[in-house]
Amino acid sequence: MNKIIKKQQLSDEVYRMEVEAPLIASERKPGQFIILQVDDDFGERIPLTIADADAEMGTITLIFQSVGRTTHLLAEMKVGDRIPDLLGPLGQPTHIEKVGHVVCVGGGIGVAPLHPIAQAMKAVGNKVTIILGARSRNLIIMEDEMRSIADELIVMTDDGSYGRKGLVTEPLKELCEQTPKPDMAVIIGPPIMMKFGAETTRPYAVPTVVSLNTIMIDGTGMCGGCRVTVGGETKFVCVDGPEFDGHQVDFDNMIKRLGAYKKRENKDHEAHHCRLDRYPS
Amino acid sequence: MHVAPEELQAAAVAKLAELEGVEMKPKKRVAIPVQEMPAQDPLERCKNMKEVALGYCAEQARLEAMRCLQCKNAPCVSGCPVAIRIPDFLKAAADGRFADAIAIIRENSLLPAVCGRVCPQESQCQLNCTVGKILKDVNKSVSIGRVERFVADLQRESETGQVIPEIKPESGNKVAVIGSGPASITVAADVRREGHAVTMFEAFHKPGGVLLYGIPEFRLPKAIVKNEIDTLRAMGVEVRTNFVIGRTRKLQDLIDKDGFDAIFVGTGAGLPKFMNIPGENLVGVFSANEYLTRSNLMKSYDTERAHTPMYSSLKVAVLGGGNVAMDAARTAVRLGADEVHLVYRRTEKEMPARVEEVAHAKEEGVIFHMLENAVRIIGDENDRVIAMECLRYELGEPDDSGRRRPVPIEGSEFMMQVDTVIVAIGNGSNPLISQTTEGLEINRWGNIVVDENGQSSIAGVYAGGDIVLGAATVILAMGEGRRAAAAINARLTG
Ligand SMILES: Cc1cc2nc3c(=O)[nH]c(=O)nc-3n(C[C@H](O)[C@H](O)[C@H](O)COP(=O)(O)OP(=O)(O)OC[C@H]3O[C@@H](n4cnc5c(N)ncnc54)[C@H](O)[C@@H]3O)c2cc1C
Ligand SMILES: Cc1cc2nc3c(=O)[nH]c(=O)nc-3n(C[C@H](O)[C@H](O)[C@H](O)COP(=O)(O)OP(=O)(O)OC[C@H]3O[C@@H](n4cnc5c(N)ncnc54)[C@H](O)[C@@H]3O)c2cc1C
Ligand code: SF4
Ligand code: SF4
Ligand code: FES
Repeated sequence: MNKIIKKQQLSDEVYRMEVEAPLIASERKPGQFIILQVDDDFGERIPLTIADADAEMGTITLIFQSVGRTTHLLAEMKVGDRIPDLLGPLGQPTHIEKVGHVVCVGGGIGVAPLHPIAQAMKAVGNKVTIILGARSRNLIIMEDEMRSIADELIVMTDDGSYGRKGLVTEPLKELCEQTPKPDMAVIIGPPIMMKFGAETTRPYAVPTVVSLNTIMIDGTGMCGGCRVTVGGETKFVCVDGPEFDGHQVDFDNMIKRLGAYKKRENKDHEAHHCRLDRYPS
Repeated sequence: MHVAPEELQAAAVAKLAELEGVEMKPKKRVAIPVQEMPAQDPLERCKNMKEVALGYCAEQARLEAMRCLQCKNAPCVSGCPVAIRIPDFLKAAADGRFADAIAIIRENSLLPAVCGRVCPQESQCQLNCTVGKILKDVNKSVSIGRVERFVADLQRESETGQVIPEIKPESGNKVAVIGSGPASITVAADVRREGHAVTMFEAFHKPGGVLLYGIPEFRLPKAIVKNEIDTLRAMGVEVRTNFVIGRTRKLQDLIDKDGFDAIFVGTGAGLPKFMNIPGENLVGVFSANEYLTRSNLMKSYDTERAHTPMYSSLKVAVLGGGNVAMDAARTAVRLGADEVHLVYRRTEKEMPARVEEVAHAKEEGVIFHMLENAVRIIGDENDRVIAMECLRYELGEPDDSGRRRPVPIEGSEFMMQVDTVIVAIGNGSNPLISQTTEGLEINRWGNIVVDENGQSSIAGVYAGGDIVLGAATVILAMGEGRRAAAAINARLTG
């Protein structure tokens, strides 16, 4: 179990792995995630989205960015190695429905969790526009997979090294201003990007789904560490989410909670350059 | 006052020699001093995670057991949820027949080393002990739990330590046990003994339930829990970790697709309660579950090796007055906080925590605030906790539980400067299984409803422990497990 079958480097910091996990592969639905640990005794439990799965082969696909200790150690593992601990599928599946026109916005590693959702949205007959954003060309991932799903694909880079120069919120705003405006937006990426994405669609009242990446421990609703404020109420991302109404989420509080252990994390990973938030706040 | 273990032993050796050959009339027995539990020096133990209570030496165990009057009606037995033959095992211990003593305990209890440590004895077996009554102090009752612990440890540490019960020939039946806390451990052992195949499913990466992730090492060494699980494995129980029923597999699928003949649900009380006050989602506010899991299960106190970080705190407030609150407060002390405040809205008398834990917490410097409660948590511009607003209370009329209701004193608001707040006001039941299992009846608190055999509304599906009782105790969970296991065994062989 949990054997790494395939490994591929997608960009400087992003890896794709296919892992043997037959039960998870057959049970999982788009939007769900797993929690893994690279060391049974001292490892940290980290959540990763199930980017894809092959029930017949009994494999799931994980796409991750190496940002810290656990993801670095995972990136060092080789084909044939076993991930000591892997549990899932966790969280509520995405609500997939034919609504008409869906805009899917993916920032950085957020493209990985976005992929199965875009795929499912397309499969039920929606028109799907995809906006991909990254700092620069070499950080754009899964462009081909996304292109094959999308009715229209827009690529944005901060430095203009590929596609249009600018932030994903620009084409998102343009789409909202069109008539008819999109029926729904799904935005997944760094919290700050989701925050501004949701702010972009709010004036147009386009229903907006975001997928939150809080810090987690158990993933079963036992610890409350993953809690966020949504519409003034406390929700647990691992069991009530990970997807929520982007217009209701208190992103500022969530972003601050994500920084709870920054000092320790930075110390742990000083050898590795840190991922910098690249969206204005 | 802390007394060195060597002194306690020397006193016990002398006392025992003095009593050698003396005919033990009840008066003489009652006159034997209560044998104090040897403990690590408070100044030392604040800096380590090692067990605080060190356990009796053989002389102390014998002396303490000699205090028992062998009452005919044995009120102690009716106070023990699993009705251990207490006078009998104490008699054996008093005579120094420790192997006999543990054998008697094991007739009724599967986890004596655990229960001897964590049972709330003063409200169970020791509550109505005749010796305590005579001395007019429940804390002077015969220390049944401490003797129980001594004989259990002696057996575990001996060469023949791991007692692997005899297993009947394979029956061909399959039983699934969900969760790996005390209720599930008991069911797994009792059902496996009858020759049924048992698979235990645990969501976490390590089995043991609250015994592992909740109760800290300094109160219950993890090696003891591991020993119990190893025994199950040696008996042929298959333990599957990283397996969430309701997610990885639905409960109904275990019956329909995987061919399990009976199922036991022992998933515990895993849903943290919060205060629902402003500021509770600030950075630096934790449920006790999260705080304790990080420290115990993820071992983040071991900053050298553990990958999971611990929040660095200087001034900690813990809200609550139960065992969970004591564990959180004492963990915070060990993790290096300068000040740890325990805030409880009633008085110490109403506090549900075990007396021993309260005493230990005080010795370790935890500052107790009685008749106070938090109303608001305040953060800085980065949403990090900097203070907590509290209110003072007084006790009013008794409520439904018979405890006097705390009434806020108007205008008594005051600030407490803290950087961390740990909410330890209890646990509800985790809805994961009930939400994903059609036809499983639950009550309005989300607890699974069972009949007198522990069977739920679904035939062949049993439940017990905290998921049925609400947050309760280890020994009650074990008792429920025994009852359900008996019903499962009857169902499968009947
Ligand atoms: C439901 C969910 C799905 C996710 N899916 C993916 C995915 O498909 N691919 C992917 O690359 N990442 C995903 N993440 C984020 C991933 O869990 C974190 O990147 C990971 O935990 C970092 O661990 P680390 O030990 O390598 O880094 P750490 O040293 O723990 O942290 C490094 C940086 O990551 C941040 N961080 C720490 N823990 C988390 C966390 N749980 N979530 C988000 N940020 C965190 C820290 O604030 C810090 O800036 C997901 C998170 C959630 C909650
Ligand atoms: C901090 C703390 C201190 C305590 N101190 C004491 C004490 O001093 N004395 C005392 O008697 N009692 C004490 N208790 C209470 C006692 O620990 C519990 O009553 C007892 O552990 C309940 O046992 P259980 O078998 O019902 O479940 P638990 O011990 O709660 O175990 C349940 C297990 O099921 C697993 N699980 C849950 N859902 C699923 C699922 N869907 N699929 C698979 N696995 C699942 C959980 O991960 C967990 O491991 C304390 C509790 C806490 C939290
Ligand atoms: S199991 Fe608990 S209640 Fe029963 S005798 Fe032992 S310590 Fe007392
Ligand atoms: S009540 Fe106390 S003295 Fe009497 S038998 Fe029980 S332990 Fe012994
Ligand atoms: S991760 Fe513990 S409750 Fe969500």
